[in-house]
Amino acid sequence: MGKVLILTKRKKPGDWARFLLTWAAGFITVAVLLYLVIFIMVKGIPHIKPSLFAFTYTPENQSLFPALVTTVLMVGFTLAVAVPFGVSTAVYLVEYASRGSRLVRVIRTTTETLAGIPSIVYGLFGYIFFCDLLGWGKSILAGCFTLAVMVLPIIIRTTEESLKSIPDAYREGSFGLGAGRLRTVFRVILPCAAPGIFAGVILAIGRIVGETAALLYTIGSVIQLPENLFSQGRTLALHVYNLAAEGLYNDQAYATAVVLLAVVFGINLLAARVERKFIRAVS
Amino acid sequence: MIKYKLESVDLWYRDFQALKNVSIDIKANQITAYIGPSGCGKSTLIKSLNRMNDLIEGCKITGKLLLDGEDIYGNIDVNLLRKKVGMVFQKPNPFPMSIYDNIAFGPRTHGIKSRYKLDDIVEKALKDAAIWEETKDRLKKSALSLSGGQQQRLCIARALAVEPDVLLMDEPTSALDPISTAKIEDLMSELKKKYTVVIVTHNMQQATRISDYTAFFLLGEMIEFGDTKTIFSMPKNKKTEDYITGRFG
Repeated sequence: MGKVLILTKRKKPGDWARFLLTWAAGFITVAVLLYLVIFIMVKGIPHIKPSLFAFTYTPENQSLFPALVTTVLMVGFTLAVAVPFGVSTAVYLVEYASRGSRLVRVIRTTTETLAGIPSIVYGLFGYIFFCDLLGWGKSILAGCFTLAVMVLPIIIRTTEESLKSIPDAYREGSFGLGAGRLRTVFRVILPCAAPGIFAGVILAIGRIVGETAALLYTIGSVIQLPENLFSQGRTLALHVYNLAAEGLYNDQAYATAVVLLAVVFGINLLAARVERKFIRAVS
Repeated sequence: MIKYKLESVDLWYRDFQALKNVSIDIKANQITAYIGPSGCGKSTLIKSLNRMNDLIEGCKITGKLLLDGEDIYGNIDVNLLRKKVGMVFQKPNPFPMSIYDNIAFGPRTHGIKSRYKLDDIVEKALKDAAIWEETKDRLKKSALSLSGGQQQRLCIARALAVEPDVLLMDEPTSALDPISTAKIEDLMSELKKKYTVVIVTHNMQQATRISDYTAFFLLGEMIEFGDTKTIFSMPKNKKTEDYITGRFG
């Protein structure tokens, strides 16, 4: 017999410290999140009453129903504006533009800059451009477009990454069969990239639902069921902000916050389910 | 009958010259094999036969490449060229869709919509690629559920479904096990009855087993071209002899 390989695990000095550090970091992250959620739940749940969901808002019931409807509308319309734009931009950047061209660099720098701008600046821009210059006034439409500009970088970025991760072999396979670029993109590449794009859309939804600053000057603060896209309105997040700012309805603010949490949670769950279904349909 | 006629073809990737003055005739309904060490330009050459090199930035090609007498770098529809000249790649690359949709992708691209026609085409292509028996009960299943060898035969079927004249195969068996390789080699001798086949291979035994003509490449130049039997038994060029006897490569 020659040399025997020894595979016994040997403890290194400092192992326990590393373990403790990583464990503590993980624990603190989860704990903070849990604390936040539990705090809001404890403060809010006792004040959730049927009157909070009344069809029309009165100063007595502080109903969140109009805000809930407005929020859902905002998510729908903002995505309807931002997703086609964002996905098309990413498709252009990855599939059409020649790599390293100046235009690509300009677009990329622009989107990265957009991603770093504080949301109140979007709000001011939206007010000046959509409300004032285009004459839409404070309206759901102006709010949607403002938020669309804001979430555009998220959608472009995630779609780009997702497209880049599709192996070139699929493109070659498709071109090799005589398919043009358009058909290759729509029939082969985008279906493969869909899960990644969905992930971006979920992030975008999170931003839309949670945004207040960008909406302060663009959507107004009227609490009513929206009649059309030019109505003013309030999203749930904005409603919470206003309730808390007035100082008179703290209880309702917490109750509304609970509902907002539930909405965010519900949307994520739904998106995850849609994504899974989609992946199953594709593969 | 000559299918492809290449005259003094030069090809550059930016400053690097990948093909130097290549002239070669490819006969119809024969299997022509390109052999040579890595980086000798054989893959580059096969990819210029259906203009897949167009996808590479900075690729420039000069000289004459005629397919049935037509200049394929002239004023032609590249998509129609690629319909006429099918390609099978080194790694099996079925799309992440069902087996049926993989095969139907090409015909659908070229405007066939009738379900009835597509069913026929899919069945025929799968039969021609000798994979019908294994797949007929699971046409709706994902193509990715097949084994590597089956996937490659599926890719061959996918290429056949658009009814090409020529089939280009870029090291089609290099990622496969010996049994799958044998199946594909058997298939190729069937295919040449209907199609002109050009194959790039690293495996010299494979070239002797299946091909009618062999071209040997070295550093972008075509060193020798001729009858496979002659090339492997009595090579005229010393470099060819050194390569096929395994002195380098």
